[in-house]
Amino acid sequence: MNSITEKLLGMISNWNGKYEGAYNIRENGGCAGRQSTEHIKIENKEGAPGLEIRILPGTRGESVSIPACITHGDVDDLVYNDFYIGEDADVLIMAGCGVHTETGEAARHSGIHRFYLGKNSHVIYVEKHVGTGKGSGLRTIDPVTEVYLDEGAVLEMDTAQIGGVDKSTRNTRAELSSNAKLLIRERILTEYDQWARTDFEVTMNGEGAGTDLISRAVARGNSHQEYTSKMIGNGPCSGHSECDAIIADHGTVTAAPALTANHGDAALIHEAAIGKIAGEQILKLRTLGLTEKEAEAKIVEGFLG
Amino acid sequence: MLEIKDIKWSAPGGVNVLKGLSLEVPENKLVVITGPNGGGKTTLAKVIAGLETPDSGSIFLGGEDITKLDVTERAKRGISFAFQQPVRFKGITVRQLIELASGGTLKEDGLCAILSRVGLCAREYIDREVDSTLSGGEIKRIEIASVLARHTKLTIFDEPEAGIDLWSFTSLIDVFESMRSSLKGTLVIISHQERILKIADEIVVIADGKLKDKGSADEILPKLLGSSADCTTCAKKEVYLK
Ligand SMILES: Nc1ncnc2c1ncn2[C@@H]1O[C@H](COP(=O)(O)OP(=O)(O)OP(=O)(O)O)[C@@H](O)[C@H]1O
Ligand SMILES: [Mg+2]
Repeated sequence: MNSITEKLLGMISNWNGKYEGAYNIRENGGCAGRQSTEHIKIENKEGAPGLEIRILPGTRGESVSIPACITHGDVDDLVYNDFYIGEDADVLIMAGCGVHTETGEAARHSGIHRFYLGKNSHVIYVEKHVGTGKGSGLRTIDPVTEVYLDEGAVLEMDTAQIGGVDKSTRNTRAELSSNAKLLIRERILTEYDQWARTDFEVTMNGEGAGTDLISRAVARGNSHQEYTSKMIGNGPCSGHSECDAIIADHGTVTAAPALTANHGDAALIHEAAIGKIAGEQILKLRTLGLTEKEAEAKIVEGFLG
Repeated sequence: MLEIKDIKWSAPGGVNVLKGLSLEVPENKLVVITGPNGGGKTTLAKVIAGLETPDSGSIFLGGEDITKLDVTERAKRGISFAFQQPVRFKGITVRQLIELASGGTLKEDGLCAILSRVGLCAREYIDREVDSTLSGGEIKRIEIASVLARHTKLTIFDEPEAGIDLWSFTSLIDVFESMRSSLKGTLVIISHQERILKIADEIVVIADGKLKDKGSADEILPKLLGSSADCTTCAKKEVYLK
Protein backbone atom coordinates (compact mmCIF):
# COMPACT_ATOMS: atom_id res chain seq x y z
CA MET A 1 0.00 0.00 0.00
CA ASN A 2 1.48 3.39 -0.90
CA SER A 3 1.73 6.43 1.34
CA ILE A 4 -0.97 8.39 -0.52
CA THR A 5 -3.42 5.56 0.10
CA GLU A 6 -2.54 5.64 3.80
CA LYS A 7 -3.18 9.37 3.91
CA LEU A 8 -6.48 9.04 2.05
CA LEU A 9 -7.60 6.22 4.34
CA GLY A 10 -7.13 8.51 7.31
CA MET A 11 -9.32 11.12 5.66
CA ILE A 12 -12.17 8.87 4.55
CA SER A 13 -12.41 6.22 7.26
CA ASN A 14 -11.49 5.17 10.78
CA TRP A 15 -8.03 4.01 9.68
CA ASN A 16 -5.43 4.25 12.44
CA GLY A 17 -2.70 2.15 10.84
CA LYS A 18 -5.11 -0.78 10.79
CA TYR A 19 -8.81 -1.59 10.78
CA GLU A 20 -10.80 -3.25 13.49
CA GLY A 21 -13.10 -5.89 12.06
CA ALA A 22 -13.56 -6.91 8.45
CA TYR A 23 -12.08 -4.84 5.64
CA ASN A 24 -11.00 -4.65 2.04
CA ILE A 25 -8.75 -1.88 0.77
CA ARG A 26 -9.02 -1.14 -2.92
CA GLU A 27 -6.03 0.73 -4.37
CA ASN A 28 -6.01 1.83 -8.02
CA GLY A 29 -8.32 -1.04 -8.92
CA GLY A 30 -6.32 -3.70 -7.07
CA CYS A 31 -6.60 -5.18 -3.60
CA ALA A 32 -4.19 -3.82 -0.96
CA GLY A 33 -5.49 -5.85 1.95
CA ARG A 34 -8.49 -7.86 3.02
CA GLN A 35 -9.82 -9.53 6.09
CA SER A 36 -13.01 -11.47 6.69
CA THR A 37 -14.26 -12.35 10.15
CA GLU A 38 -16.28 -15.19 11.55
CA HIS A 39 -19.53 -13.36 10.79
CA ILE A 40 -18.55 -11.15 7.88
CA LYS A 41 -17.29 -12.77 4.68
CA ILE A 42 -15.69 -10.73 1.92
CA GLU A 43 -15.16 -12.42 -1.43
CA ASN A 44 -14.46 -11.43 -5.02
CA LYS A 45 -17.50 -11.01 -7.17
CA GLU A 46 -17.84 -13.31 -10.11
CA GLY A 47 -17.99 -11.86 -13.59
CA ALA A 48 -17.40 -8.23 -12.59
CA PRO A 49 -14.84 -6.25 -10.61
CA GLY A 50 -15.88 -5.89 -6.99
CA LEU A 51 -16.86 -7.68 -3.84
CA GLU A 52 -19.60 -9.72 -2.30
CA ILE A 53 -19.93 -9.05 1.36
CA ARG A 54 -22.09 -11.35 3.41
CA ILE A 55 -23.00 -10.48 6.93
CA LEU A 56 -24.47 -13.45 8.77
CA PRO A 57 -27.87 -13.17 10.45
CA GLY A 58 -27.69 -11.93 14.01
CA THR A 59 -24.21 -10.37 13.66
CA ARG A 60 -24.06 -7.51 16.14
CA GLY A 61 -21.68 -4.70 16.94
CA GLU A 62 -19.22 -5.50 14.11
CA SER A 63 -17.95 -3.29 11.32
CA VAL A 64 -16.80 -3.59 7.70
CA SER A 65 -14.61 -1.06 5.95
CA ILE A 66 -14.25 -1.13 2.18
CA PRO A 67 -12.40 2.07 1.23
CA ALA A 68 -11.30 2.72 -2.34
CA CYS A 69 -8.36 4.94 -3.25
CA ILE A 70 -7.02 6.27 -6.50
CA THR A 71 -3.52 7.61 -6.01
CA HIS A 72 -2.53 8.89 -9.43
CA GLY A 73 -3.91 10.18 -12.72
CA ASP A 74 -4.97 8.21 -15.78
CA VAL A 75 -7.09 5.78 -13.77
CA ASP A 76 -10.77 5.08 -14.35
CA ASP A 77 -11.87 2.60 -11.74
CA LEU A 78 -15.26 0.93 -11.76
CA VAL A 79 -16.36 -1.42 -8.99
CA TYR A 80 -19.50 -3.30 -7.99
CA ASN A 81 -19.87 -4.13 -4.32
CA ASP A 82 -22.85 -6.07 -3.05
CA PHE A 83 -23.78 -6.32 0.61
CA TYR A 84 -26.06 -9.03 1.92
CA ILE A 85 -27.07 -8.32 5.48
CA GLY A 86 -28.70 -11.14 7.36
CA GLU A 87 -31.81 -10.88 9.51
CA ASP A 88 -31.45 -9.09 12.83
CA ALA A 89 -27.85 -8.10 12.13
CA ASP A 90 -26.71 -4.74 13.47
CA VAL A 91 -23.49 -3.48 11.86
CA LEU A 92 -21.47 -0.47 10.76
CA ILE A 93 -20.32 -0.24 7.15
CA MET A 94 -17.76 2.29 5.99
CA ALA A 95 -17.12 2.87 2.31
CA GLY A 96 -15.10 5.98 1.65
CA CYS A 97 -13.42 7.00 -1.54
CA GLY A 98 -10.32 9.12 -2.02
CA VAL A 99 -9.09 10.30 -5.40
CA HIS A 100 -5.63 11.79 -5.80
CA THR A 101 -3.94 13.10 -8.91
CA GLU A 102 -1.19 15.63 -9.49
CA THR A 103 0.06 14.92 -12.98
CA GLY A 104 -2.68 16.82 -14.77
CA GLU A 105 -4.30 13.55 -15.79
CA ALA A 106 -7.81 12.63 -14.76
CA ALA A 107 -8.66 10.18 -11.99
CA ARG A 108 -12.08 8.67 -11.57
CA HIS A 109 -13.77 6.22 -9.28
CA SER A 110 -17.26 4.84 -9.70
CA GLY A 111 -18.49 2.65 -6.92
CA ILE A 112 -21.76 0.85 -7.40
CA HIS A 113 -22.95 -0.34 -4.04
CA ARG A 114 -25.96 -2.55 -3.52
CA PHE A 115 -27.36 -3.25 -0.09
CA TYR A 116 -29.80 -6.06 0.59
CA LEU A 117 -30.97 -5.73 4.18
CA GLY A 118 -32.71 -8.73 5.72
CA LYS A 119 -35.69 -8.50 8.05
CA ASN A 120 -35.20 -6.28 11.10
CA SER A 121 -31.54 -5.70 10.38
CA HIS A 122 -29.92 -2.35 11.15
CA VAL A 123 -27.03 -0.81 9.25
CA ILE A 124 -25.19 2.42 9.74
CA TYR A 125 -23.54 3.24 6.44
CA VAL A 126 -20.89 5.96 6.39
CA GLU A 127 -19.46 7.22 3.13
CA LYS A 128 -16.89 10.00 2.80
CA HIS A 129 -15.53 11.27 -0.47
CA VAL A 130 -12.41 13.37 -0.90
CA GLY A 131 -10.23 14.60 -3.71
CA THR A 132 -6.62 15.65 -3.17
CA GLY A 133 -3.46 16.64 -5.05
CA LYS A 134 -2.42 19.53 -7.27
CA GLY A 135 -2.75 20.04 -11.00
CA SER A 136 -5.63 20.34 -13.37
CA GLY A 137 -6.40 16.60 -13.68
CA LEU A 138 -10.10 16.14 -13.00
CA ARG A 139 -10.98 14.24 -9.83
CA THR A 140 -14.27 12.48 -10.39
CA ILE A 141 -16.30 10.33 -8.02
CA ASP A 142 -19.56 8.85 -9.25
CA PRO A 143 -21.18 6.71 -6.59
CA VAL A 144 -24.32 4.68 -7.14
CA THR A 145 -26.10 3.34 -4.09
CA GLU A 146 -28.98 0.89 -4.32
CA VAL A 147 -30.81 -0.11 -1.20
CA TYR A 148 -33.37 -2.87 -0.70
CA LEU A 149 -34.91 -2.92 2.75
CA ASP A 150 -36.87 -5.95 3.83
CA GLU A 151 -39.56 -5.74 6.54
CA GLY A 152 -38.49 -3.77 9.57
CA ALA A 153 -34.96 -3.14 8.27
CA VAL A 154 -33.30 0.19 9.01
CA LEU A 155 -30.52 1.87 7.06
CA GLU A 156 -28.91 5.06 8.30
CA MET A 157 -26.73 6.52 5.58
CA ASP A 158 -24.34 9.34 6.29
CA THR A 159 -22.61 10.63 3.20
CA ALA A 160 -20.28 13.57 2.83
CA GLN A 161 -18.20 15.18 0.14
CA ILE A 162 -16.52 18.25 1.54
CA GLY A 163 -14.54 19.80 -1.32
CA GLY A 164 -11.73 18.54 -3.49
CA VAL A 165 -13.86 16.60 -5.98
CA ASP A 166 -14.16 18.30 -9.36
CA LYS A 167 -17.05 16.36 -10.76
CA SER A 168 -19.52 14.08 -9.09
CA THR A 169 -22.75 12.36 -10.05
CA ARG A 170 -24.35 10.70 -7.10
CA ASN A 171 -27.22 8.33 -7.52
CA THR A 172 -29.12 6.81 -4.64
CA ARG A 173 -32.12 4.53 -5.04
CA ALA A 174 -34.05 2.70 -2.36
CA GLU A 175 -37.02 0.39 -2.04
CA LEU A 176 -38.67 -0.09 1.30
CA SER A 177 -40.90 -2.93 2.49
CA SER A 178 -43.31 -2.57 5.39
CA ASN A 179 -41.97 -0.94 8.53
CA ALA A 180 -38.58 -0.39 6.95
CA LYS A 181 -36.85 2.91 7.70
CA LEU A 182 -34.38 4.86 5.63
CA LEU A 183 -32.49 7.81 7.07
CA ILE A 184 -30.12 9.71 4.82
CA ARG A 185 -27.90 12.60 5.77
CA GLU A 186 -25.95 14.12 2.91
CA ARG A 187 -23.40 16.96 3.03
CA ILE A 188 -21.80 18.43 -0.07
CA LEU A 189 -19.42 21.34 -0.41
CA THR A 190 -18.33 22.50 -3.83
CA GLU A 191 -15.97 25.35 -4.63
CA TYR A 192 -13.83 26.67 -7.53
CA ASP A 193 -15.26 25.19 -10.75
CA GLN A 194 -16.55 22.00 -9.17
CA TRP A 195 -19.79 20.40 -10.20
CA ALA A 196 -21.95 17.95 -8.27
CA ARG A 197 -25.24 16.35 -8.98
CA THR A 198 -27.18 14.22 -6.54
CA ASP A 199 -30.29 12.17 -7.33
CA PHE A 200 -32.43 10.32 -4.86
CA GLU A 201 -35.28 8.00 -5.63
CA VAL A 202 -37.04 6.34 -2.74
CA THR A 203 -40.01 4.04 -3.18
CA MET A 204 -41.95 3.04 -0.10
CA ASN A 205 -43.99 -0.05 -0.80
CA GLY A 206 -45.02 -1.42 2.54
CA GLU A 207 -47.25 -0.22 5.34
CA GLY A 208 -45.39 1.75 7.98
CA ALA A 209 -42.34 2.45 5.84
CA GLY A 210 -40.60 5.73 6.64
CA THR A 211 -37.95 7.91 5.06
CA ASP A 212 -36.10 10.94 6.30
CA LEU A 213 -33.78 12.49 3.76
CA ILE A 214 -31.73 15.51 4.78
CA SER A 215 -29.38 17.11 2.31
CA ARG A 216 -27.24 20.15 3.01
CA ALA A 217 -25.20 21.82 0.35
CA VAL A 218 -22.78 24.70 0.13
CA ALA A 219 -21.81 25.97 -3.32
CA ARG A 220 -19.19 28.70 -3.49
CA GLY A 221 -16.64 29.99 -5.99
CA ASN A 222 -17.99 29.23 -9.46
CA SER A 223 -19.29 25.83 -8.49
CA HIS A 224 -22.65 24.33 -9.35
CA GLN A 225 -24.85 21.74 -7.68
CA GLU A 226 -28.00 19.99 -8.73
CA TYR A 227 -30.33 18.16 -6.45
CA THR A 228 -33.30 16.02 -7.36
CA SER A 229 -35.29 13.78 -5.11
CA LYS A 230 -38.23 11.58 -5.90
CA MET A 231 -40.19 10.11 -3.10
CA ILE A 232 -42.93 7.66 -3.93
CA GLY A 233 -45.42 6.34 -1.42
CA ASN A 234 -47.25 3.23 -2.56
CA GLY A 235 -48.73 2.38 0.81
CA PRO A 236 -49.50 3.92 4.21
CA CYS A 237 -46.08 5.43 4.81
CA SER A 238 -44.39 8.65 5.82
CA GLY A 239 -41.65 10.48 4.02
CA HIS A 240 -39.82 13.70 4.74
CA SER A 241 -37.11 15.27 2.69
CA GLU A 242 -35.27 18.49 3.24
CA CYS A 243 -32.80 20.19 0.99
CA ASP A 244 -30.99 23.24 2.31
CA ALA A 245 -28.39 25.01 0.25
CA ILE A 246 -26.13 27.94 0.98
CA ILE A 247 -24.77 29.78 -2.02
CA ALA A 248 -21.83 32.15 -1.89
CA ASP A 249 -19.68 34.04 -4.42
CA HIS A 250 -20.90 32.88 -7.85
CA GLY A 251 -22.05 29.45 -6.73
CA THR A 252 -25.34 28.17 -8.16
CA VAL A 253 -27.77 25.48 -7.04
CA THR A 254 -30.80 23.85 -8.61
CA ALA A 255 -33.15 21.83 -6.42
CA ALA A 256 -36.01 19.81 -7.83
CA PRO A 257 -37.85 17.72 -5.31
CA ALA A 258 -40.80 15.57 -6.33
CA LEU A 259 -43.35 13.71 -4.28
CA THR A 260 -45.76 11.05 -5.47
CA ALA A 261 -48.47 9.61 -3.24
CA ASN A 262 -50.12 6.53 -4.72
CA HIS A 263 -52.01 5.69 -1.56
CA GLY A 264 -54.48 7.65 0.53
CA ASP A 265 -52.42 7.20 3.68
CA ALA A 266 -49.08 8.17 2.25
CA ALA A 267 -47.85 11.33 4.00
CA LEU A 268 -45.01 13.05 2.18
CA ILE A 269 -43.35 16.34 2.98
CA HIS A 270 -40.59 18.23 1.27
CA GLU A 271 -38.80 21.35 2.41
CA ALA A 272 -36.28 23.19 0.28
CA ALA A 273 -34.41 26.42 0.78
CA ILE A 274 -31.59 28.03 -1.19
CA GLY A 275 -29.97 31.30 -0.32
CA LYS A 276 -27.02 33.21 1.00
CA ILE A 277 -26.09 32.94 4.64
CA ALA A 278 -28.67 35.02 6.47
CA GLY A 279 -27.23 38.45 7.21
CA GLU A 280 -28.49 38.38 10.77
CA GLN A 281 -26.59 35.14 11.46
CA ILE A 282 -23.36 36.84 10.46
CA LEU A 283 -24.27 39.90 12.53
CA LYS A 284 -25.01 37.84 15.62
CA LEU A 285 -21.61 36.14 15.47
CA ARG A 286 -19.92 39.47 14.83
CA THR A 287 -21.49 40.87 18.02
CA LEU A 288 -19.63 38.04 19.75
CA GLY A 289 -16.36 39.39 18.35
CA LEU A 290 -15.92 37.32 15.17
CA THR A 291 -14.95 38.98 11.91
CA GLU A 292 -17.27 38.61 8.95
CA LYS A 293 -15.00 35.92 7.42
CA GLU A 294 -14.77 34.01 10.70
CA ALA A 295 -18.52 34.19 11.13
CA GLU A 296 -19.16 32.83 7.63
CA ALA A 297 -16.68 30.01 8.17
CA LYS A 298 -18.33 29.02 11.46
CA ILE A 299 -21.79 29.05 9.95
CA VAL A 300 -20.74 26.87 7.00
CA GLU A 301 -18.78 24.54 9.28
CA GLY A 302 -21.79 24.06 11.54
CA PHE A 303 -24.16 23.68 8.61
CA LEU A 304 -22.07 20.90 7.07
CA GLY A 305 -20.96 19.45 10.43
CA MET B 1 -18.87 55.41 29.94
CA LEU B 2 -21.25 55.45 26.98
CA GLU B 3 -22.13 58.73 25.38
CA ILE B 4 -24.59 59.13 22.55
CA LYS B 5 -24.67 62.48 20.82
CA ASP B 6 -27.50 63.68 18.62
CA ILE B 7 -28.09 60.38 16.79
CA LYS B 8 -30.31 60.45 13.74
CA TRP B 9 -31.31 57.34 11.84
CA SER B 10 -33.84 56.84 9.09
CA ALA B 11 -35.20 53.55 7.80
CA PRO B 12 -34.30 52.41 4.26
CA GLY B 13 -37.69 53.71 3.11
CA GLY B 14 -36.77 57.18 4.37
CA VAL B 15 -38.89 57.34 7.53
CA ASN B 16 -37.11 59.13 10.36
CA VAL B 17 -36.90 56.76 13.29
CA LEU B 18 -34.28 58.30 15.59
CA LYS B 19 -34.71 62.05 15.55
CA GLY B 20 -31.66 63.47 17.30
CA LEU B 21 -31.19 61.35 20.37
CA SER B 22 -28.60 62.12 23.04
CA LEU B 23 -27.94 60.04 26.11
CA GLU B 24 -25.23 59.45 28.67
CA VAL B 25 -24.94 56.10 30.40
CA PRO B 26 -22.78 56.27 33.53
CA GLU B 27 -20.24 53.58 34.46
CA ASN B 28 -21.29 50.55 36.52
CA LYS B 29 -24.93 51.50 36.50
CA LEU B 30 -28.04 49.66 35.49
CA VAL B 31 -29.99 51.76 33.03
CA VAL B 32 -33.41 50.64 31.83
CA ILE B 33 -34.75 52.03 28.58
CA THR B 34 -38.50 51.92 28.15
CA GLY B 35 -41.21 53.55 26.08
CA PRO B 36 -43.99 52.77 23.63
CA ASN B 37 -43.69 50.10 20.92
CA GLY B 38 -42.02 51.43 17.83
CA GLY B 39 -40.43 54.30 19.77
CA GLY B 40 -36.91 53.46 18.60
CA LYS B 41 -35.40 51.50 21.50
CA THR B 42 -34.21 48.52 19.48
CA THR B 43 -32.95 50.82 16.75
CA LEU B 44 -30.90 52.75 19.31
CA ALA B 45 -29.44 49.50 20.68
CA LYS B 46 -28.51 48.44 17.15
CA VAL B 47 -26.86 51.78 16.50
CA ILE B 48 -24.83 51.38 19.70
CA ALA B 49 -23.74 47.84 18.82
CA GLY B 50 -22.93 48.88 15.24
CA LEU B 51 -25.66 46.86 13.52
CA GLU B 52 -27.09 50.06 12.08
CA THR B 53 -25.14 53.10 10.96
CA PRO B 54 -26.56 56.46 12.02
CA ASP B 55 -27.14 59.20 9.44
CA SER B 56 -25.49 61.64 11.80
CA GLY B 57 -24.38 61.98 15.38
CA SER B 58 -21.64 60.20 17.32
CA ILE B 59 -21.07 57.51 19.92
CA PHE B 60 -18.31 57.42 22.53
CA LEU B 61 -17.31 54.41 24.59
CA GLY B 62 -15.02 55.16 27.52
CA GLY B 63 -14.03 58.41 25.84
CA GLU B 64 -13.21 56.82 22.48
CA ASP B 65 -15.21 57.80 19.42
CA ILE B 66 -16.55 54.46 18.12
CA THR B 67 -18.99 55.88 15.56
CA LYS B 68 -16.93 54.60 12.64
CA LEU B 69 -16.09 51.20 14.11
CA ASP B 70 -17.86 48.13 12.75
CA VAL B 71 -19.78 45.49 14.72
CA THR B 72 -16.75 43.25 15.28
CA GLU B 73 -14.53 46.09 16.45
CA ARG B 74 -17.17 47.31 18.87
CA ALA B 75 -17.66 43.80 20.21
CA LYS B 76 -13.92 43.61 20.79
CA ARG B 77 -14.00 47.00 22.57
CA GLY B 78 -16.44 45.49 25.06
CA ILE B 79 -19.98 45.89 23.79
CA SER B 80 -22.39 42.96 24.03
CA PHE B 81 -25.91 42.93 22.66
CA ALA B 82 -28.62 40.36 23.35
CA PHE B 83 -31.11 40.46 20.49
CA GLN B 84 -34.81 41.03 21.03
CA GLN B 85 -35.39 38.36 18.40
CA PRO B 86 -32.62 35.78 18.74
CA VAL B 87 -31.08 34.36 15.58
CA ARG B 88 -31.31 30.64 14.88
CA PHE B 89 -28.55 28.56 13.27
CA LYS B 90 -28.85 25.17 11.62
CA GLY B 91 -25.96 23.06 12.79
CA ILE B 92 -24.47 25.26 15.50
CA THR B 93 -24.89 23.76 18.95
CA VAL B 94 -25.54 25.60 22.20
CA ARG B 95 -22.06 24.60 23.33
CA GLN B 96 -20.46 26.01 20.18
CA LEU B 97 -22.36 29.28 20.46
CA ILE B 98 -21.47 29.78 24.13
CA GLU B 99 -17.85 28.91 23.39
CA LEU B 100 -17.70 31.38 20.51
CA ALA B 101 -19.09 33.99 22.89
CA SER B 102 -16.66 33.24 25.69
CA GLY B 103 -13.75 33.14 23.26
CA GLY B 104 -12.49 29.62 23.94
CA THR B 105 -13.41 26.06 24.79
CA LEU B 106 -15.28 25.49 28.04
CA LYS B 107 -15.49 22.48 30.31
CA GLU B 108 -18.90 21.17 31.21
CA ASP B 109 -18.93 22.90 34.61
CA GLY B 110 -18.11 26.20 32.90
CA LEU B 111 -21.03 25.76 30.53
CA CYS B 112 -23.17 24.70 33.46
CA ALA B 113 -22.31 27.86 35.37
CA ILE B 114 -23.38 30.04 32.45
CA LEU B 115 -26.52 28.15 31.44
CA SER B 116 -27.79 27.70 34.98
CA ARG B 117 -27.89 31.48 35.31
CA VAL B 118 -30.62 31.50 32.68
CA GLY B 119 -32.30 28.48 34.23
CA LEU B 120 -31.16 25.85 31.74
CA CYS B 121 -29.57 22.54 32.59
CA ALA B 122 -26.34 22.32 30.61
CA ARG B 123 -26.49 18.57 30.19
CA GLU B 124 -29.85 18.78 28.43
CA TYR B 125 -28.93 21.64 26.15
CA ILE B 126 -25.25 21.80 25.21
CA ASP B 127 -25.59 19.40 22.29
CA ARG B 128 -28.86 20.83 21.01
CA GLU B 129 -28.66 22.89 17.84
CA VAL B 130 -29.58 26.54 18.10
CA ASP B 131 -32.25 25.98 15.45
CA SER B 132 -36.00 26.11 15.13
CA THR B 133 -36.49 23.11 17.38
CA LEU B 134 -35.80 25.29 20.44
CA SER B 135 -38.86 26.92 21.95
CA GLY B 136 -39.20 30.69 22.06
CA GLY B 137 -38.30 30.85 25.74
CA GLU B 138 -35.38 28.45 25.33
CA ILE B 139 -33.77 30.38 22.49
CA LYS B 140 -34.24 33.62 24.40
CA ARG B 141 -32.42 32.18 27.40
CA ILE B 142 -29.60 30.91 25.21
CA GLU B 143 -29.33 34.36 23.64
CA ILE B 144 -28.98 35.89 27.10
CA ALA B 145 -26.45 33.19 28.08
CA SER B 146 -24.36 33.96 24.98
CA VAL B 147 -24.06 37.52 26.18
CA LEU B 148 -23.42 36.64 29.83
CA ALA B 149 -20.55 34.42 28.65
CA ARG B 150 -18.70 37.45 27.31
CA HIS B 151 -18.28 39.49 30.53
CA THR B 152 -17.91 42.78 28.71
CA LYS B 153 -17.94 46.28 30.12
CA LEU B 154 -21.18 47.24 28.39
CA THR B 155 -24.02 44.80 27.98
CA ILE B 156 -27.30 45.65 26.28
CA PHE B 157 -30.32 43.38 26.68
CA ASP B 158 -33.27 43.96 24.39
CA GLU B 159 -36.45 42.87 26.18
CA PRO B 160 -34.81 39.94 27.97
CA GLU B 161 -38.07 39.10 29.73
CA ALA B 162 -40.00 38.45 26.52
CA GLY B 163 -41.09 34.82 26.37
CA ILE B 164 -39.53 33.92 29.71
CA ASP B 165 -41.97 32.24 32.08
CA LEU B 166 -42.90 33.87 35.38
CA TRP B 167 -40.98 31.43 37.51
CA SER B 168 -37.71 32.03 35.65
CA PHE B 169 -38.37 35.73 35.46
CA THR B 170 -37.55 36.11 39.15
CA SER B 171 -34.19 34.40 38.71
CA LEU B 172 -33.52 36.53 35.64
CA ILE B 173 -33.93 39.63 37.78
CA ASP B 174 -31.50 38.08 40.27
CA VAL B 175 -29.03 37.69 37.40
CA PHE B 176 -29.25 41.37 36.56
CA GLU B 177 -28.95 42.41 40.20
CA SER B 178 -25.93 40.19 40.73
CA MET B 179 -24.35 41.47 37.53
CA ARG B 180 -24.74 44.96 38.83
CA SER B 181 -23.40 44.27 42.30
CA SER B 182 -20.64 41.75 41.67
CA LEU B 183 -19.31 42.53 38.25
CA LYS B 184 -17.79 45.66 36.94
CA GLY B 185 -19.78 46.77 33.99
CA THR B 186 -22.64 48.80 32.74
CA LEU B 187 -25.98 47.23 31.98
CA VAL B 188 -28.52 48.66 29.60
CA ILE B 189 -31.81 46.79 29.60
CA ILE B 190 -34.63 47.59 27.23
CA SER B 191 -37.81 46.54 28.98
CA HIS B 192 -41.49 47.12 29.55
CA GLN B 193 -41.53 45.19 32.83
CA GLU B 194 -42.26 47.01 36.04
CA ARG B 195 -40.10 44.63 38.04
CA ILE B 196 -37.11 45.38 35.84
CA LEU B 197 -37.83 49.11 35.89
CA LYS B 198 -37.83 48.93 39.69
CA ILE B 199 -34.24 47.73 39.95
CA ALA B 200 -32.92 50.43 37.61
CA ASP B 201 -30.43 53.02 38.80
CA GLU B 202 -31.81 55.15 36.06
CA ILE B 203 -34.80 54.94 33.75
CA VAL B 204 -34.74 56.41 30.25
CA VAL B 205 -37.97 56.89 28.35
CA ILE B 206 -37.74 56.92 24.55
CA ALA B 207 -40.77 57.77 22.45
CA ASP B 208 -41.09 58.79 18.84
CA GLY B 209 -37.34 58.60 18.29
CA LYS B 210 -36.53 61.07 21.01
CA LEU B 211 -35.50 61.08 24.64
CA LYS B 212 -38.70 61.85 26.45
CA ASP B 213 -37.73 61.54 30.09
CA LYS B 214 -34.90 60.39 32.28
CA GLY B 215 -34.29 60.01 36.01
CA SER B 216 -34.18 57.65 38.98
CA ALA B 217 -36.67 54.82 39.25
CA ASP B 218 -38.43 56.58 42.13
CA GLU B 219 -38.86 59.63 40.01
CA ILE B 220 -39.92 58.11 36.65
CA LEU B 221 -41.87 55.01 37.61
CA PRO B 222 -44.89 56.79 39.14
CA LYS B 223 -45.21 58.96 36.03
CA LEU B 224 -45.14 55.94 33.72
CA LEU B 225 -47.65 53.95 35.70
CA GLY B 226 -49.94 56.92 36.14
CA SER B 227 -49.99 58.26 32.60
CA SER B 228 -50.36 55.03 30.62
CA ALA B 229 -48.22 56.50 27.87
CA ASP B 230 -48.82 53.71 25.35
CA CYS B 231 -52.54 54.25 25.19
CA THR B 232 -52.46 57.96 24.57
CA THR B 233 -49.98 57.42 21.76
CA CYS B 234 -52.26 54.81 20.30
CA ALA B 235 -55.32 56.98 20.53
CA LYS B 236 -53.55 59.93 18.95
CA LYS B 237 -52.38 57.79 16.04
CA GLU B 238 -55.90 56.57 15.44
CA VAL B 239 -57.37 60.02 15.47
CA TYR B 240 -54.63 61.19 13.17
CA LEU B 241 -55.38 58.40 10.69
CA LYS B 242 -59.05 59.27 10.58
N1 LIG C 1 -35.39 48.49 8.70
C1 LIG C 1 -36.52 49.17 8.95
N2 LIG C 1 -37.35 49.50 7.96
C2 LIG C 1 -38.48 50.19 8.18
N3 LIG C 1 -38.86 50.60 9.39
C3 LIG C 1 -38.08 50.29 10.43
C4 LIG C 1 -36.86 49.57 10.28
N4 LIG C 1 -36.30 49.39 11.48
C5 LIG C 1 -37.12 49.98 12.35
N5 LIG C 1 -38.18 50.54 11.73
C6 LIG C 1 -39.27 51.29 12.37
O1 LIG C 1 -38.71 52.13 13.33
C7 LIG C 1 -39.54 52.24 14.45
C8 LIG C 1 -38.77 51.92 15.70
O2 LIG C 1 -38.50 50.54 15.74
P1 LIG C 1 -37.82 49.86 16.99
O3 LIG C 1 -37.69 48.42 16.68
O4 LIG C 1 -36.57 50.58 17.31
O5 LIG C 1 -38.90 50.09 18.12
P2 LIG C 1 -38.87 49.66 19.65
O6 LIG C 1 -38.90 50.88 20.47
O7 LIG C 1 -37.78 48.71 19.90
O8 LIG C 1 -40.27 48.92 19.77
P3 LIG C 1 -40.75 47.63 20.63
O9 LIG C 1 -41.05 48.10 22.00
O10 LIG C 1 -41.98 47.20 19.91
O11 LIG C 1 -39.67 46.62 20.55
C9 LIG C 1 -40.71 51.31 14.19
O12 LIG C 1 -41.79 52.09 13.72
C10 LIG C 1 -40.21 50.39 13.13
O13 LIG C 1 -41.26 49.93 12.32
MG1 LIG D 1 -37.69 46.67 20.29
